[in-house]
This record gives sequence, C-alpha cells and structure tokens, in this order.
Amino acid sequence: MTQKLLEIKNLKTSFRIGDEYYAAVDDVSLTLNKNEVLGIVGESGSGKSALAFSIMGLHTRAKMEGNILFNGKDIVNISPAQLNQLRGDEMAMIFQDPLTALNPLMEIGAQISETLILHRPEMSQKERKDRVIELLTMVGIPRPEYVYEQFPHELSGGMRQRVIIAIAIANRPELLIADEPTTALDVTNQAQILDLIRKLKNDMGSGVILITHDLGVVAEMADRVAVMYAGQIVEIADVFTLFENPKHPYTRSLLTSVPAEGQDKLLVIQGIVPSLQHLPREGCRFAERIPWLDSSAHEEDPVLHEIEPGHFVRCTCYKHFHFQDEAKEAQVHGDTRSK
Amino acid sequence: MVILEVNNLKVYFPIKAGIFNRTVNHIKAVDDVSFSIEQGKTYGLVGESGSGKTTTGRAVMGLENITAGTIIFDGKDITKKQSKTKDVRRNIQMIFQDPYSSLNPRKRVKDIIAEPLRNFENLSKQEEKKRVQELLELVGLSPESILKYPHEFSGGQRQRIGIARAIALKPKLIIADEPVSALDVSVQAQVLNFMRDIQKELGLTYIFISHDLGIVKHMCDDIAIMYKGRYVEQGTKEEIFNYPQHIYTKRLVSAIPDTEPGNREKRFKFRQDIQKEFEESYDDYFDSDGLAYSLKPVSDTHLVALPEKG
Repeated sequence: MTQKLLEIKNLKTSFRIGDEYYAAVDDVSLTLNKNEVLGIVGESGSGKSALAFSIMGLHTRAKMEGNILFNGKDIVNISPAQLNQLRGDEMAMIFQDPLTALNPLMEIGAQISETLILHRPEMSQKERKDRVIELLTMVGIPRPEYVYEQFPHELSGGMRQRVIIAIAIANRPELLIADEPTTALDVTNQAQILDLIRKLKNDMGSGVILITHDLGVVAEMADRVAVMYAGQIVEIADVFTLFENPKHPYTRSLLTSVPAEGQDKLLVIQGIVPSLQHLPREGCRFAERIPWLDSSAHEEDPVLHEIEPGHFVRCTCYKHFHFQDEAKEAQVHGDTRSK
Repeated sequence: MVILEVNNLKVYFPIKAGIFNRTVNHIKAVDDVSFSIEQGKTYGLVGESGSGKTTTGRAVMGLENITAGTIIFDGKDITKKQSKTKDVRRNIQMIFQDPYSSLNPRKRVKDIIAEPLRNFENLSKQEEKKRVQELLELVGLSPESILKYPHEFSGGQRQRIGIARAIALKPKLIIADEPVSALDVSVQAQVLNFMRDIQKELGLTYIFISHDLGIVKHMCDDIAIMYKGRYVEQGTKEEIFNYPQHIYTKRLVSAIPDTEPGNREKRFKFRQDIQKEFEESYDDYFDSDGLAYSLKPVSDTHLVALPEKG
C-alpha cells in the first residue's frame, strides 16, 4: 500500500531581482509516497535546488505560492518556529558540498549531537553519545569513537559526506531530501554513498527526493523521475518508462548527451538553460532551443499531458520533435547562441 | 609516430618542518610513471582526487619541477624547464578545468585569445583581429564577441574560449585537465563533440585527464589508471573496460553508474562483490605501503601492476 507523504500543489517560488519577482519554481505539482525515491533531474538553472529549498523552507526572502502538504499539513508560510520543529526531525536534508555544510570549528560528535539536543531533549548525555556512535556506525564510518572527537578537516570528502548523512538521519526523518549528494565525490565514493542512502531508505521507510544532474545516479536510485527545465516539470514518469521511452525533447537530449557504448557523436540540443530574468514566460519554454520545429508544434499555454498512466509530458512539441542534422546544428546554433 | 615519451617521471614535493625549515620527507605525487603517445590519439589519465594525474599533466606542460625522469616531445628532450624553449612551448597547450577561474575577468575575449599569438607571432593589429575572429568562429562563438568580457558568457562558452586560446598557435599536443567536469551534462556533450571535431580537423593529440570513466571511455584510445602517484594499469580502451586485471581498476569500473534502470540490482550486487574482493585481496595487489607494484606486461599494449611471482 502506498501512502502519500508529500504533496506539492501548484508551487511557485519567486525571487526579487530589482523591483520585480521572477519565478524560479513555476507551477510545480508533485507527490511523494512513503518508501519511494523521487529523482529530480535538470541542469543548473532548472529550479531543482530552488524546489528542494522551498520544501525545506530555507528561502527566507522568496515569495511562495501554492501548497506543500507534508503528511496532510500545509507547510508553506508556517512560522519559522513551527518549521524548526519539523526540520531535522521529520524532514531532513543532505547537502551537496560536505566541506561547507559542516562547521569547521566543531567536533564531529558535537555537530551530530546538535540535532538530537534540539529534537530529543529528554535524552541523557550518555544516551546521546551512544546514539551518535550508533549513527556513525550506520553510515559506515570506521572507528566511530575516534571520529567522534575529530574535526571536519581531518576527514576525507567521502567520510564528511557520511557525517552529513548521519546528521540528516539522526532523528529518522520521514522525508529526506538529498541535493546532489555525490557531486563533490569520486566515483567509488559516489557508489558507496548511493548504496548507503538506498539502504537507509529501506530501513527507515522514508520518502527520498534525490536531486541530481547525473542520469546514471537516477537510473540506479529512483523509482520515479521528474525532469525540470526552466522552473517547470517537463516530464515525469516511473524510472523504467523514462529511460526506455522518453518523450520530451529536453529529456531525450539529456539522455543522449551521456556517452554510451559505440556512439561516435553525442546527440545533444545546443544551448543552455536561460537565466531567471530571460526565461520566456509565455508559450513553450523549450521552443527557443529547438527553432527548427514549426511554431504550430507547440501549445499556446503548455500543460502536462498524461500520455500513459503516470507518464506526463509538457507541451505537444514532443510529437514533432527530431534531432536536427548534426553537422548543421553545430554551425548554425553555435553562432546564434553567442549573440 | 610517437609524439610524446615520458620515462620514469617522478615529481616529489618536499615536506618542510622544524625551525630550520628542513626537508623532512617527500610527498611522491608522481612516482615512476612512463608512457608514450602516438600522434593524433587521445590518451586518458584516470584516477581519483590526489592520484597524481593532474601533476603528471602539469609536469609535461612544464609547470612542475621534475625530480627525476625524462620527457621527450617530438624527438627533443624537454625535461628541464630551461629547455622548454619557445618552440616547444607553443606546441604544447593546456585546457584548464574551471572555465570560471582560468580566464582573466578583466581582459576582453580578444586579449585572452590573442595572448599566445602576441607571445609567439608578430602580427599586425588587423591580422591579429582576423585570427582571433577565425578562432572564435572555429569554436562556435560569434566573431562580434571579441570585445566582450568573460562574465558575459556561460560556462560552456567560456570553456570554448579556453579552447580557442589553447589552439591559437596550432599546437601538436593539448593537455586537457578535466575540461568538462565543471559543466552541465548537455553542455558537456557539446564541448566533447567539439573537442573531437577539432581533433580531426587539426590533427591534435590529447592528454585527457579525468575522473569520469564514462567520458574517458567515449573520448580516449588508450587509458592509464593512476593510484597514489603510480600507474596501476595501462592499456587500450577495450582492455581497460572489458578485461580489467587490477582490482583497483575493477572497482573503478564497477562504480560507474549504469543508465539502464533494469540493471540496478545486478550492479549493486556486482559492486558489493568487487568491494569484497577488494578488501580480501588488497594485500595481493598493493605493497606494504599501500602502493601499487611496478607494471608487468600481460599483452603488447596492456600493462598491469602485479607483484613478482613467487
């Protein structure tokens, strides 16, 4: 039986630049069930981290509209005090860069204890220390008693990321948001950290939102995948469907830009995600990346269409999309882009 | 034709301590590394952070003091820094990892790309402008952007400016140190495609330094795996990926995420088996200091660091 843990309805998070608000997350609706891993994929500027920070309530100056229902309770615009009750307890986050996320002046043990002191004040000092040691063991750190008294600079990147994970899971959160948890790590560490997150998820039955730009990571970890482009979800499907039968041009381009066996040239749509101020706010946001498609291919006001149960694609342009002739593409679009 | 030959290269960094700041020990960043590269090929140097791959690249480039060994480029010995005369320097160029910090933010694109030209060629203002515009066009940027500053470009475009600077003098060898690791996936693909195109067009030889095995597999003809300053395995792409011999290589290959979601259980199991094998047979593959043994040939092109038999 699946239980809804998180339900996001028409979330819009806007930032003020100058005198205007620009939406970095625009009309995003998502659900996450218990014991499920939802992968959110996109490149820089697609709004995936802005979405994660919105859920955690970490944007202090952004304007947020819409609803985020966590266990049925709306957590948009609740007071900071109420948020602090949730954060680190029922929901927690694993940050990208293990060096900057840890306090360099605090011992590892003390940093993990912090969240326990806040949310489990009834624990005695001894219990707390035992729990920290237990957590360090759970995340696979050798000699936990010794590491307890070490400082972050004495640990390697992979070990630091394990400490971050230990902090995140200290109170057995129901919702775990992992924002590029392995981007700063070497590949062997990456594999170990991913295996660890998967194991912890299975043990605790938490819902996990895994944010990444790496499709390999998604393929290994996620149950469902949402692809974001320019603040919107352009495609969402279960992981097998998405990798076997991607529809949206952006998803297809992402999948073919990863080197695969026996491929001489990588198929990729030229260009980059436009910056917040330059986003096309009307019509299909991806239209300007694929100018060789006729404008009639796009919807006027693109919405997500459910093409199969559970498989949503935005806009109608996917029906007409084809990769442009490669040789021509490099020349023509290389030039127009830099203007 | 062999364009670069590196023999027994060693780069040691001194550790200084005490009140007289005496050298007490050395960090062996590169420890007895030998390889050679054919013209027009791409040679991949793979390893995790701290394995010495970047130092090897920088030593060839002449940016590090070499402790021992020889580097022969195009038939000339260029081991000593002084011997890296102008003629040699113009033929080896480097593409740096981070396109955000490798371009001077106060210089215009024109000056950034023209710098190597100004050092080596006496061109008039007009000729120089024409060359810079040609180069920009070659890397897929508009020739009008010569008056812009680096901040006006995106990451991928900046990396293209870095590449334009590297190919300005039509070098023979380009050392690309993690050229795409700071870029987004689709921008990565754009830059990789482009690097392959200009390689064919200009007959370039690449030393491609990376930690990303997927990309290395896509780009390189021959690959060397480094660990703690030493080679653990060297061979053609097929040999490294299909028949890895050293446990460290196997572990690296097993850690590459597979973009086939159906394989995940299998991959997970495979990784655990390899990890177990790694832990169990660690002593068979590494000496008492945790370093790799010297290389032994298993075929003409395939070398593996294994202990002496018996």
